Amino acid sequence: MQNIISTIFSASFLFSILRLTTPILLAALAALITDRAGVMNIGLEGIMLCSALAGVVGSAYTQNAFLGLLFAMFIGSLLGVIMAYCALNLKTDIILTGIAINLFASGGTVFILYSICKDKGMSTSLASLTLPSIDIPLIKDIPFLGTIFSGHNFLTYIAFLSVIVIWALLYKTPLGLRIRVVGENPNAAESVGINVRKTQYYVLIISGILASLGGAYMSMGYMDKFARDMVAGRGFIALAAEALGTGTPLGVMGSSLIFGAADALASNLQVLRVPVQFIQMIPYLLTIVGLIVYSISKSRQIKKIYLQK
Amino acid sequence: MKNKQVLTSKTIENRFEVFRVVVAIAIAIAVALLLIFFTSKQPFEALYWFLLGPLKSLRNFGNVVQLFIPLTFAGLSIAVMFQCNQFNMAAEGAFFLGGLGAAIVAVKMTLPMGVHPVVAILVGAVLGAIVCAIPGIFKVKWGANEVVSSLMLNYIMLFLGTYVLQYVLLDPSAGYPASNQFPSTATLSVIIPKTGIHAGIILVAFLVVLVYLFMYKTKWGYAIRITGQNEKFAKYSGVGVGSTIILSQLVGGALAGAGGATQVLGMYTRFSWTSLPGYGFDGIIISILAKNNPAYVPLAAFFLAYLRIGADIMSRKTDIAPEVVAIVQALIILLVAAKMFLDKYKHRLIVKNSQEQLLQKEGA
Repeated sequence: MQNIISTIFSASFLFSILRLTTPILLAALAALITDRAGVMNIGLEGIMLCSALAGVVGSAYTQNAFLGLLFAMFIGSLLGVIMAYCALNLKTDIILTGIAINLFASGGTVFILYSICKDKGMSTSLASLTLPSIDIPLIKDIPFLGTIFSGHNFLTYIAFLSVIVIWALLYKTPLGLRIRVVGENPNAAESVGINVRKTQYYVLIISGILASLGGAYMSMGYMDKFARDMVAGRGFIALAAEALGTGTPLGVMGSSLIFGAADALASNLQVLRVPVQFIQMIPYLLTIVGLIVYSISKSRQIKKIYLQK
Repeated sequence: MKNKQVLTSKTIENRFEVFRVVVAIAIAIAVALLLIFFTSKQPFEALYWFLLGPLKSLRNFGNVVQLFIPLTFAGLSIAVMFQCNQFNMAAEGAFFLGGLGAAIVAVKMTLPMGVHPVVAILVGAVLGAIVCAIPGIFKVKWGANEVVSSLMLNYIMLFLGTYVLQYVLLDPSAGYPASNQFPSTATLSVIIPKTGIHAGIILVAFLVVLVYLFMYKTKWGYAIRITGQNEKFAKYSGVGVGSTIILSQLVGGALAGAGGATQVLGMYTRFSWTSLPGYGFDGIIISILAKNNPAYVPLAAFFLAYLRIGADIMSRKTDIAPEVVAIVQALIILLVAAKMFLDKYKHRLIVKNSQEQLLQKEGA
């Protein structure tokens, strides 16, 4: 027991929370922005997987990590556009569109990986690059905090900065206002001259870019290569984090940190005598519990409003 | 009267649906063929094996039918749940747990021949029903989104299953993570020699008819369908919407669980699943292709099975990965489920038909 407590409060454990939160946070923000415009993006998992591969391929061919990241972002936004076209123009159900993207990604990435490097599991034969880790001046010299907050991957900082950017976008820009109106009531939005379809196109593209950052982090930060199905459900966990975060950027950051902590705890508790499977279950169980708690509180709120009337 | 056959707009629409599905499939396969053509060093050989490989030998065709069995189970399961407009993805977890439950019954219980697989499949069905009911209950009771909760549930089932495999069923002498060998009383016997086609095919054929009758000839099926089409309408016409949703998830889950059980007992001599088998998601493709109608599910399942086995054979003979099928699947879902796909063309046909009829009336 002593052992666990000392691990949990160690700087390296807190460091690993931030490290594991990064992909979930980026994807959860991607879920948030579409959800606020009334679109449920289930395809995040697939977008992350495709852009993870795109980052590896892009950086291997250009020998520049940032060009690789750019290529990942391009693929992410492209998938966002494809989803938008199918869901908004062709009127495919948005959930089915997401499922299709995920199915495409899990098989398609393996197909492409095999075509490029004749390997179905890993991109080991590609000389891909990773994004740099950044030491923050001054903060890195503070004893305990320095080890927690400094020396993270470039995208970890981007993830937390994105919280502020998305907050500003949603609450301080005309586009943000339009997004929120469309999400609240698309008919009302239409009646005051807001182009609902265009707004939903924008959010799906932004969502694709955010998710692609999360995917690129997986293959160019968290690991240094692409491995099949390496996203491992993080895109789905992000949907739960978004629901649990009550639809605000700060709330989403909080819930993503909870999932990051659960993930970190799971990998640290593996030294215990508990079967590893039960520890692996923790983040997923927590997600369901969180989802229920959130849904109960939401339905109570709705009841309250009705009673007041 | 030398009248041409009079077409109503409705019949045009129905015929057009079939046409749309065919066009969607054609586009999806054309894209795959182009991809194969441009990535392979032996493109013609690859295309040949992909398209005709399953017909080249009895064994290959047997493989198609073998795969057809679990795919039909999965398609039926999803069709029942989707008809109620519930995007429950837990069929995946139900399939897995059904297989596990059947394995436990097979290994841990001694039962006479004939009874043993029946008990095992029933246990699998019950476990599957429980798994799929959970997201349904959460949805009905608290409004928790069934998509997210069922996706999470799948992972929990996977870890539960690998735990049971490692601590309860493991046979250390197997050399890989697997259960003890199933006794011969429990396995489903091969009914067509040299093909590996097992007795599960009889069960699945029976279930196709049963599920069709359930959905279209019973009041429960009717309740499920109108709840799926319009929940408010169902509610106002006196349907218990909550219990109907849960019923549909129970039935769907039981089908998935029974499918997992049948697959494990028919295809393997030990239980060795350490990852989710993926049939739940295949079921979604099949159900969409079949327009959620149980009667068309076997057709769609056969199509997908043929495609998969074709891709497998191609990958063994040439330099193309079988995962190319994933691209076909994604395109099929996107195009078949697209309400507006070819919609303008349909409108033109209907308008033209109506105008012709008007002209005929005026002429008469």
